[in-house]
Amino acid sequence: MSVLIFIDHSDGQVKKGALEALSYGTQLAARLGVAAEGVLLGALPDAGQLGKYGVTKIHQVDNDALHHLDGQVFTAVIAQVVEATGAKVIVFSNNSDGKAIAPRLSARLKAAFVSGAIALPDTANGFVVKKSVFSGKAFANVSLNTEVKIIGLNPNSFAVTASGSGTAEVISFNATVDASKVKVLSTNKIKDEVPLGEAEIVVSGGRGLKGPENWGMIEELAKLLGAATACSRPVSDTHWRPHHEHVGQTGLAIAPNLYIAIGISGAIQHLAGVNRSKTIVVINKDPEAPFFKAADYGIVGDAFEVVPKVIEEVKKLKGVA
Amino acid sequence: MKILVCISKSPDTTAKIAFTDNNTKFATDGVQWIINPYDEWYALVKAIEIKEKDPATVIHLVTVGLADAEPVIRKALALGGDEAIRINAESQDSFYIASQIAEVARQGNYDLVFTGKETIDYNSASIGGMVAELLGLPYVSLALSFEINGTKAIIGREIEGGEETDEVEIPAVVSCQKGMAEARIPNMRGIMAARTKPLKVQEPVAADSLTSIVSFELPPAKAGVKMIPADNPGELVRILHEEVKII
Ligand SMILES: Cc1cc2nc3c(=O)[nH]c(=O)nc-3n(C[C@H](O)[C@H](O)[C@H](O)COP(=O)(O)OP(=O)(O)OC[C@H]3O[C@@H](n4cnc5c(N)ncnc54)[C@H](O)[C@@H]3O)c2cc1C
Repeated sequence: MSVLIFIDHSDGQVKKGALEALSYGTQLAARLGVAAEGVLLGALPDAGQLGKYGVTKIHQVDNDALHHLDGQVFTAVIAQVVEATGAKVIVFSNNSDGKAIAPRLSARLKAAFVSGAIALPDTANGFVVKKSVFSGKAFANVSLNTEVKIIGLNPNSFAVTASGSGTAEVISFNATVDASKVKVLSTNKIKDEVPLGEAEIVVSGGRGLKGPENWGMIEELAKLLGAATACSRPVSDTHWRPHHEHVGQTGLAIAPNLYIAIGISGAIQHLAGVNRSKTIVVINKDPEAPFFKAADYGIVGDAFEVVPKVIEEVKKLKGVA
Repeated sequence: MKILVCISKSPDTTAKIAFTDNNTKFATDGVQWIINPYDEWYALVKAIEIKEKDPATVIHLVTVGLADAEPVIRKALALGGDEAIRINAESQDSFYIASQIAEVARQGNYDLVFTGKETIDYNSASIGGMVAELLGLPYVSLALSFEINGTKAIIGREIEGGEETDEVEIPAVVSCQKGMAEARIPNMRGIMAARTKPLKVQEPVAADSLTSIVSFELPPAKAGVKMIPADNPGELVRILHEEVKII
């Protein structure tokens, strides 16, 4: 019996979501009194050092067909590892790869699946996991009613904790790997930018910024803070900013530690996607803007005057000329 | 090309989120129901765009729900689609719903099954993947673009920090999000036509529910906003650095 954690990686790096899943999975295993083990598909240098997050063993399957994600092929391989190791709980990050694999694995194993988990399960009475619902406006406590259980952990919901200094034993697992029906033609990663879903700090702009030419200060502030940039829906609808920056009920739901909203009114659909942020700062020239009700700190003022001053102060703080 | 589009009803985005029966049920009193935006704006409109290019395309809609789902499915038919199937069952369990949709897909021999990337109420993003696994088909999640190329589809999908373009064998299951298509509004002709389009009601097949919702909770209320004068942004930066300790 064990908790098995999917180690999601790309370009030789373990993704932040996978580190969160490792931290979650090892804490869960400790609570259940079972071993925490990893499952790793494809090649990853120095995987053994992930032992510092508490996993004792990592079952690795490396094969050319596993060097790109095909959820169907990955699912079949992970199912073999689950069967061989007798894992009872499988933990994924609910990131884009997790969403491609975890529901498939659930259907294949007929194992109960909760996606969007935000806390460790309550095992006092069964196995109940709290998840985000109504796009962040509420939570549901979901009972997983099968022997094998699958959890998709929402990004930025669980702190990464290196619990030990140990090295994990990396074991090569012999699996049948099916032929893929998916061929990757190209990959386009935005260089030097923090992925929005993983970002600790997000600087976001709305229609109050008047036009795409005014995003220089948003980008400058984001860069200084090591933040990702985001925007409201009308801003991406009018193509001032790319689609992937759209946050809210019908865009990406995010939960950074700090969300800075500039020139955004705070419509209910926008708030739905950002209200799980730990601290919210709102800069808006209208003191009646609804966003202030959802904010921790607010400044009533013209963004074109306030933001450059904020940038100056951050530069002073960071000692940047 | 034969396309099955999965349609879910969801509460209007401005609906008050509250719970009844000791916080075990969503309070539906006074709630307006809409087509789940991802299903409507991206999955359905993309299917309509494919049909506009190739009029031989057949579009079927499927929903799993009780009779109260019919106004929403009629609204979807007003946008486009040839006929709709309602599986007469109510469930909150993704596997149960996916089992019903997989059965419809099996019977109908579809080339493509489209879903929205998630519903805006349960946010589970699970149906597409489960349906694909039950059918043994490839699944592309979080699709941003889609083109048919012979017996294959060229699909852009979201990955962490970027986008990947895949070539996928058809039949396939695809979950759709922004970028796939531009949202439309139904016109009068569509609304009239929808009234006479077939809406078949089928009883569910036997399937298990793997999960159940024990209770709902609302997030704790915010403590209230602290206002900082516009002429003193240094104070904001100081608070974020010294008190919140985030920058
Ligand atoms: C079904 C549905 C789904 C939706 N989903 C989403 C979603 O996912 N995400 C989303 O964001 N929206 C969504 N919306 C749209 C949402 O209702 C709002 O229309 C949108 O969020 C408003 O964007 P905004 O705040 O940028 O623009 P506005 O509402 O126009 O607000 C602009 C704000 O900027 C302020 N401002 C103007 N000039 C300045 C200045 N010089 N300095 C400082 N402040 C200034 C104004 O006071 C105002 O508060 C959805 C709507 C519907 C119906």
